[in-house]
Amino acid sequence: MEFKTHISVQNLSVFYGSEEVLKDISIEIPDKKIIMIIGPSGCGKTTLLKSFNRLIDMRDGVRVSGRVMVDGENIFDSKIEVTHIRKKMGLLSQNPCPLPMSIYDNVAYGPRIHGLKDKKRLDRIVEHYLREASLWDEVKDRLGEPASRVSIGQQQRLCLARGLAVEPEIILADEPTSALDPKSSRRIEKSFLGLKDKYTTIIVTHILRQARRLADYVVFLYCGELIEHGPAEEFFENPKEELTKEYTKGVIS
Amino acid sequence: MDKRRVEEGLFKGLMILSTVLILSVLGLMLGTVVLKGLPAMNIAMITQAPKGGYYLGKEGGILNAIIGSLYLAGGASFLSILISVPVVLYLNVFGEKQTRLISFTRFSLDVLWGVPSIVYGAFGFTILITLGLRASLLGGIITVGLLIMPIMSRGMDEVVRMVPRELLEASYALGATKLETALKVVVRQALPGILTAVLIAFGRGIGDAASVIFTTGFSDYVPRSLFRPAATLPLAIFFQLGTPFPEVQDRAYASAFVLTVIILLISIICRVLTHRFTRHVMR
Repeated sequence: MEFKTHISVQNLSVFYGSEEVLKDISIEIPDKKIIMIIGPSGCGKTTLLKSFNRLIDMRDGVRVSGRVMVDGENIFDSKIEVTHIRKKMGLLSQNPCPLPMSIYDNVAYGPRIHGLKDKKRLDRIVEHYLREASLWDEVKDRLGEPASRVSIGQQQRLCLARGLAVEPEIILADEPTSALDPKSSRRIEKSFLGLKDKYTTIIVTHILRQARRLADYVVFLYCGELIEHGPAEEFFENPKEELTKEYTKGVIS
Repeated sequence: MDKRRVEEGLFKGLMILSTVLILSVLGLMLGTVVLKGLPAMNIAMITQAPKGGYYLGKEGGILNAIIGSLYLAGGASFLSILISVPVVLYLNVFGEKQTRLISFTRFSLDVLWGVPSIVYGAFGFTILITLGLRASLLGGIITVGLLIMPIMSRGMDEVVRMVPRELLEASYALGATKLETALKVVVRQALPGILTAVLIAFGRGIGDAASVIFTTGFSDYVPRSLFRPAATLPLAIFFQLGTPFPEVQDRAYASAFVLTVIILLISIICRVLTHRFTRHVMR
């Protein structure tokens, strides 16, 4: 299988203080696929994900070496405008995190801060992305209500719509179903599958079965090191590394 | 009976005693103010400024002090908000990595909180002299503004600190700047707590006597200018209580009653407002 790419990770190492959390990672992330980053807890999955939109900047004592190229630009370059990088990526966090405002304003938040004021266009954007996150029918009559009033599964889909509304190329999701009940999880998974032709979707998970269900491409991290990565079928059917075999069989976790 | 049960019983008794003591102090205080103040209350008290001989028991009221105190505490709270909001946003949003500076700033605010208000009064007086001002409403606003700033800042700080990091990340991830995140997300999420902090600071400001003696002075007229001395309720109480006439002393209690009612009213208004603003807060 041949992949095109616009995210390319080159010798990325990340340190929190003196602790090396990611050790010399290099991967080409394939376009318009679902890429799943798997591995045990505390192995740098989230750090890798948050390196892509530089949210790790927020942490204290972070040091980064190596490069992450997005559309040919190294995002750790000091000349890069960080808001410009982040606009290219929508983020779904572990716990759904709607902003303290109405359902409508949550989706409109991104377009508004990027300068859109026209009410009619905002209306269209809000409807379009709520539909894309398959939430429209459930909330169309109460767009003015606080986002905190909808169920937690709906909140996660709202966050998805909010992320999509800035027209990103990439969706980043950090264990997006871990706080959800099985039904809501399924709906989110369905949304991802529906969106994968339009967006490059990178999902962190520690649920192997979820990776089997969704992944086109798998990245396996173990204790900060990149053990193996490749197309999902190959990865699960025919792993090359001993550690991968043990992990996928459940010998280690 | 075994020792542990005795200990348990003794401590329980102590807890009940302490709680009753606190509640009765509050009850007695309110009772005194109401019982001694209410009979001396009349409509003139709150609608008229003192007339000649008011402090000897003749006609008039304390409208000058009511208006003065509202102006003073309102102005001081406004000034304090202007300082506190940026400080708190710096501590929690912008200065994230300057951990040392942040803890030093918090420590400084705590120290300022503990400085007695008479010291603020003396300090404010020095500032006035330096600026070439005399005791005036403006001088009082500056001094009381500084006095309540640490209370307001630390109050806001405690609630803004509770805003989940994930909420900030969600906003950053959409390409928002720190300022946009601070004003549109953080302030909104913490608004009920921020309003409470403003209210507590206002209450402290309107009730303080020591800081205004030298900086605001006193006047028998309803304040018209920032640059003239103004009356305040705590000083009105002080002066009336200091006279040898029982009927004037009773008016001091009536003034204390007025002050208490003002603080109560402000609390209630703030509660109602807060309730409105919590609509969107994420839990």
